[in-house]
Amino acid sequence: MADLRTNLAGIKSPNPFWLASAPPTNSGYQIMKAFDAGWGGAVWKTLGVPVVNVSSRYGAVNYRDKRMVGFNNIELITDRPLKDNLREISEVKKRFPDHAVIASLMVETKEEWHQIVRDVENAGADGIELNFGCPHGMCERGMGSAVGQEPKVLQMIVEWVKEVAKVPVITKLTPNISDITRPARAARAGGSDAISLINTIQSIVGVDIDQFVPYPIVDGKSTNGGYCGPAVKPIALNMVKNCAQHPDVNLPISGIGGVENWRDAVEFILLGATTVQVCTAVMHFGFGIIREILPGLERYMDEKGFKTIEDFRGKALPNIKHWEDLNLKYKVTASINESKCIGCQLCYTACEDGAHQAIALSSDPANRIPSIIDENCVGCNLCSLVCPVEDCITMERRDDGKEHLTWGERTAAGNIPKTFDDPLAGGLHHWVPEPAGALVKKKPRHYKG
Amino acid sequence: MAEYKRPTTEADFAANFHPKKPLMSDTEAYYESSRCLYCYDAPCINACPTGIDIPTFIRQINNDNKDGAAKTIYDSNWMGHACGNVCPTEELCEGACVYTKSDVKPIEIGRLQAHATDKVIHAKKKLFITGKPTGKKVAVIGAGPAGVSCACELRMLGHAVDIYEAREKPSGLCVYGVAPYKLTNEEAVDEIAYLQEQFGFNVHYNKPVTGRADFEKLEKDHDAVFIGIGLGATSALGIPGEDKKGVMGALEFVEELRNKHQSTPVGSKVIVLGGGNTAMDAASESCRMGAESVTIAYRRGPEEMGAYSFEFDLAKKSGAKALFNVTPLEVLGNGSVTGVKFIRNSSDNGKLEAIPGSEFVEPCDMVLLGTGQGKQVELLKQVSGLTLDQKGRIVVNEHFQTTNAKYFTAGDAMNGGVEVVNAAAEAKRAAHGIHTYLTGQKN
Repeated sequence: MADLRTNLAGIKSPNPFWLASAPPTNSGYQIMKAFDAGWGGAVWKTLGVPVVNVSSRYGAVNYRDKRMVGFNNIELITDRPLKDNLREISEVKKRFPDHAVIASLMVETKEEWHQIVRDVENAGADGIELNFGCPHGMCERGMGSAVGQEPKVLQMIVEWVKEVAKVPVITKLTPNISDITRPARAARAGGSDAISLINTIQSIVGVDIDQFVPYPIVDGKSTNGGYCGPAVKPIALNMVKNCAQHPDVNLPISGIGGVENWRDAVEFILLGATTVQVCTAVMHFGFGIIREILPGLERYMDEKGFKTIEDFRGKALPNIKHWEDLNLKYKVTASINESKCIGCQLCYTACEDGAHQAIALSSDPANRIPSIIDENCVGCNLCSLVCPVEDCITMERRDDGKEHLTWGERTAAGNIPKTFDDPLAGGLHHWVPEPAGALVKKKPRHYKG
Repeated sequence: MAEYKRPTTEADFAANFHPKKPLMSDTEAYYESSRCLYCYDAPCINACPTGIDIPTFIRQINNDNKDGAAKTIYDSNWMGHACGNVCPTEELCEGACVYTKSDVKPIEIGRLQAHATDKVIHAKKKLFITGKPTGKKVAVIGAGPAGVSCACELRMLGHAVDIYEAREKPSGLCVYGVAPYKLTNEEAVDEIAYLQEQFGFNVHYNKPVTGRADFEKLEKDHDAVFIGIGLGATSALGIPGEDKKGVMGALEFVEELRNKHQSTPVGSKVIVLGGGNTAMDAASESCRMGAESVTIAYRRGPEEMGAYSFEFDLAKKSGAKALFNVTPLEVLGNGSVTGVKFIRNSSDNGKLEAIPGSEFVEPCDMVLLGTGQGKQVELLKQVSGLTLDQKGRIVVNEHFQTTNAKYFTAGDAMNGGVEVVNAAAEAKRAAHGIHTYLTGQKN
């Protein structure tokens, strides 16, 4: 049976699932409820000098009928007095001594940092997370992402905290920066014990096209918010990978960004995260989603024979290369399983209009199953991605696996295109239809273009 | 199987005749429209006789452009709302939906269509601008699906239109002939009123065209005439006792039911003779009116019925039973019907043969004849030069022009009786035929 216990830089928790510092961790009530439901840890809603919030606060990106594929907020750090939060931290720790309670902090001066670190440690916090990521509201006051975007300032504040901290310190990174490893390296240089990422991405989730105001609307006006939810997971995964692979970062990672189910968690762990933090999914579906997450992870680990999280943490990292180290001799082409095809022809139109004109339709209108034109297929995957039927279009390997040649090797050998009309151009011998052929092609009824 | 109590109030009636395809809420339409795959050269379009750009209107619903969705629908089919409700979508667009190939429920295209059109009808949203007046006048006989579709298209082409309707309400079989759980009279009439408001054709009600003099006057006053008269009354069966009290045409029964609702007299033991869609409707409706037993009797086997299988299923679900391979010999009774005498048939390669000595009597107190509507042959003979085929259908060329060059036709009178959607499709093309005839222009 899989052992889900984790240890992130000395912060122990019964499983890798923590609640991120956000509205679900606003109070001891919520956190006790979450621990009772099965969550392993919680990062308390950021503590500091209490703020005053606006109404409304959240906006969402829906994709068709799927709600909150992306989510943003303009809420600030806690608006509750510190003493109330500290009392509740103590209560939670008394009741759940084995669960991880991490205090997220954001203050301005060195004195404030020293004071609040001591306060939360005295309350019983197992760790501290430095909120250097909030991209709205606080950064204008010189906190949050204003710190996270300045590695020198970030390092200085980490040093201040480490002067007094007895518990592990996690530095939370903002993604609103071009190279995530710069603040990550600064965190390490400052003595941080771990990093967590990503915080939210500066965003406008949409514009009310009748009132001419972005969402969320506050009395006819709006401001940029912080973007999160399933839509940001790919960005978060990439940044986690960048930090995990960089030799000068070398810190334990708590992964954040769009985690909603066990598979998301596995992906973060495979890219090097020790724990994951969840917010949007809980704001959408409640703490109850842990009922799917925990057994899902256990089943995966049991099936793979992984006894602990450490057994597979970072396991995908060696397989992430620079583009120039990928094998140019590897060749796949699409294959349509005719018995599964339902004849929607989305693959045809996607390839015809959006890729390489490598799918043909039957001349018999009663036969709606398209066919792959192998010699035109570049193996881009697009058809298999748009196909609505599971395992109907698969990508089949066509090379014999014996040859291996990368762009890097070709560059070293001087065997790469160098001029605009170089005969080494990769697409030179690919068949492309004549431009005017587009205008004479038979079109279905209603299609103008 | 449903068991219905005899309705005594309007509320009972409404409950028993609950719409087969209830109007979708905005939420339901949003979720349903989200499922559409947006197929290339979508099979649903090709399965629609009017060729509505279904994936586009569904996408428009999904993207909060319901006016646009309704316009897409009406662009192809002027009976958009009626068709959304009464079309045999299971056999047409929804039957062609690619989801059916993967055991996923097909998109509810009919209900989405009715959702979009209902919005613009009730908002009285003007979506079309009629054509520049040509000075030509066209008479349309009959305000049914064919007549109204032809009128709308003619107005788009700039011709003035007068519709002459024999009855007091428009919409033809939509008001007088389809099952009440498919489309209400209000829905049917509202759509025509919406179209009339937008297109400005005139409708003259209670103006039946009955003889040669009427036709000649129409010819004199107009530049072309469109015949959209549909079919006539239910044909007689030609067996003894057919005139007894309690025997009536299935279509006439549906008409009475649509207009009298729960006050329509229905027997407690009903026999429906026939295997077509109207017979199935009459059987379903008799069940919903609280008949104790409803029996469909058909000369051949179930696979040979003219009715769509889903219509037979609906009748069975409503409580009807079926007798196959039986031929009615006589309607029994002393003044009022008390039963039908049948004989069993054997079917040998489609050839029916009565089995001697197999006669039996099925007791009943009502007989509904689902034997099909007759053609209005006598009336059509009054048009000079009009040719009918052997089945009494008006003969046309590819422009829907009859053998009298001034007359055009479409719908049941021409096709022998199909669906509303066929009438809408043909009548639109007929309007273009008229346009070419009047102006010499292709469009």
